[in-house]
Amino acid sequence: MQTTTPDFTALTRTAAEIRGTVIDMCHRAGTAHLASCLSCIDLLTAIYWHAARVDPSRHKAPERDRVILSKGHAAMALFATLAKRGFFDPSVLDTYCLDGSALAEHPSLDCVPGVEASTGSLGHGLSFGLGTVLGERIQGRDIRAYVVMSDGECNEGSSWEAALYAPAQKVSGLVALVDYNKWQATGRSEEVTSLRPLAAKWAAFGWRTLEIDGHDMKAIVGALDQVPDGDGRPTAIIAHTVKGKGVSFMEDDNNWHYRAPTADEVVRARQELGLA
Amino acid sequence: MRNAFAAEITALADVDPRVVLLSGDIGNRLFDKFKERHPARFFNCGVAEANMITMGAGMARTGLRPVAYTIAPFITARVIEQIRVDLCYHNLGVTFVGVGAGLGYSELGPTHHSCEDVAMLRALPNLTVLAPADAPEVRSGLRAVLAHDGPVYMRIGKKGEPVIHPEPPPFTIGRVIPLREGEDVCLVSTGAILKDVLEAADRLTVEDGLSVRVVSMPTIKPLDTAFLADAFARHRVVTTVEEHSLIGGLGSALAEWLVDQAPQRAALCRVGGKDTFLKVCAELHTARALLGMSVDDMVERTRAVLARTSAGVAR
Repeated sequence: MQTTTPDFTALTRTAAEIRGTVIDMCHRAGTAHLASCLSCIDLLTAIYWHAARVDPSRHKAPERDRVILSKGHAAMALFATLAKRGFFDPSVLDTYCLDGSALAEHPSLDCVPGVEASTGSLGHGLSFGLGTVLGERIQGRDIRAYVVMSDGECNEGSSWEAALYAPAQKVSGLVALVDYNKWQATGRSEEVTSLRPLAAKWAAFGWRTLEIDGHDMKAIVGALDQVPDGDGRPTAIIAHTVKGKGVSFMEDDNNWHYRAPTADEVVRARQELGLA
Repeated sequence: MRNAFAAEITALADVDPRVVLLSGDIGNRLFDKFKERHPARFFNCGVAEANMITMGAGMARTGLRPVAYTIAPFITARVIEQIRVDLCYHNLGVTFVGVGAGLGYSELGPTHHSCEDVAMLRALPNLTVLAPADAPEVRSGLRAVLAHDGPVYMRIGKKGEPVIHPEPPPFTIGRVIPLREGEDVCLVSTGAILKDVLEAADRLTVEDGLSVRVVSMPTIKPLDTAFLADAFARHRVVTTVEEHSLIGGLGSALAEWLVDQAPQRAALCRVGGKDTFLKVCAELHTARALLGMSVDDMVERTRAVLARTSAGVAR
């Protein structure tokens, strides 16, 4: 954790630039899940530039914190974030989804430096992060695992198996960040399963639960700064987000779960993001 | 076999700080010694097998060697996707042990039977599939597993299985363990049914005057292809025996191997379970007989295939 006060303007600018990169990648590759990426980029930015103790030049150091994109379908956001953070050369992003590329539509462990787990099947990341924190604890290292989940992922029983088990192990280094954008692939999250009250569910399972605006950089940083919990509880950050955040004509429109932008739409999106 | 597992994993944890034991809320008192000696490396994961497997993957990613343990169908069929993605795709050194595999829990009914596990798991890349025959094979098998990088499934019996080996035999993953030499017929046994296979060998020797070779094949994947090449060149019949469905198990694995070879001298004979669930409460040997894997089945099936080959009928 950084002790200095973060430069929120810089963090916000970084997030906008990552959004621009992701929109470009999506346009080039014509792949799905753009809106799912846009909703979690502020979270990823705050994690990678403020909270997580990671050093791209020592990306296998055992004492590093782990960032696990459990909602693996937001791979473009992860790849663009890792490249910008210096884990690998940004030119690799140009190969995204090309035939034979290391970068597929879902991330694979070590496909590029910084990818800590193969995800894409939902409901795995929280258990994986839990095991990582416990494994390092056994070996005397106090690490944190930041697990970025989707609200759709909270449909999976295995997510709740991990949610039940973690508080019993007092893993205060485990952080579940739920990108609560209120949509899943084909419908409103609330209409598919009764998620509400989502924060109360995590709290009832024994998690220290924080509910924030997942696009307010100060709120995200403020929540991340509260880790670890003094009582030994894992932390759940329920981040209220907007699917497609940052581009007016994508926001809260679930068609962008699958759609890729046209060249013209890329230009408009970049203008809105202040990237010109 | 479960007592041997508990004793051996405790002994291994004494000397290998990477060993972590994960239990799916079973084995009451079975792991007391492990817990006493290595409290920080024992986790009762509760009745939540998906979390147990994936958590084990996370631990393995930090360099540890987790060994997860619960009743066979709950650590295989129930969590096949966790095994596939988190263990096999990641290629991490997690061992998962299914107790009571096959018909070990015969009286508990089909929810607790596991006669399809090998079929499901054999298809997964990177996975090693082991089925030791008795307590000593469990012990030496576990030692081999910890020296192996990558995920391993070990299916074991329950308790009180006949002990065949006087002490833990040399165990190399991918190699058979020889028991008897012979020329006419080779019986290839995998898992806890070995004692019955030896009885079948006795009958074929005494009643039919055959020279019978017997091996234990505790590694179902990868296959011991050097052994298979020798056995199919030398013998008249090679009979596989497994406490598992005939679909997808050891016999299927040998059949797959065989069709890719040039014509061999020996014919393949498979003994295993019928494609059905048991609907009655049955003790182990009754269950084996009902499903078609009794000593009589082994003897009669082998005789039938032998007769067919002797008559010169194409196999």
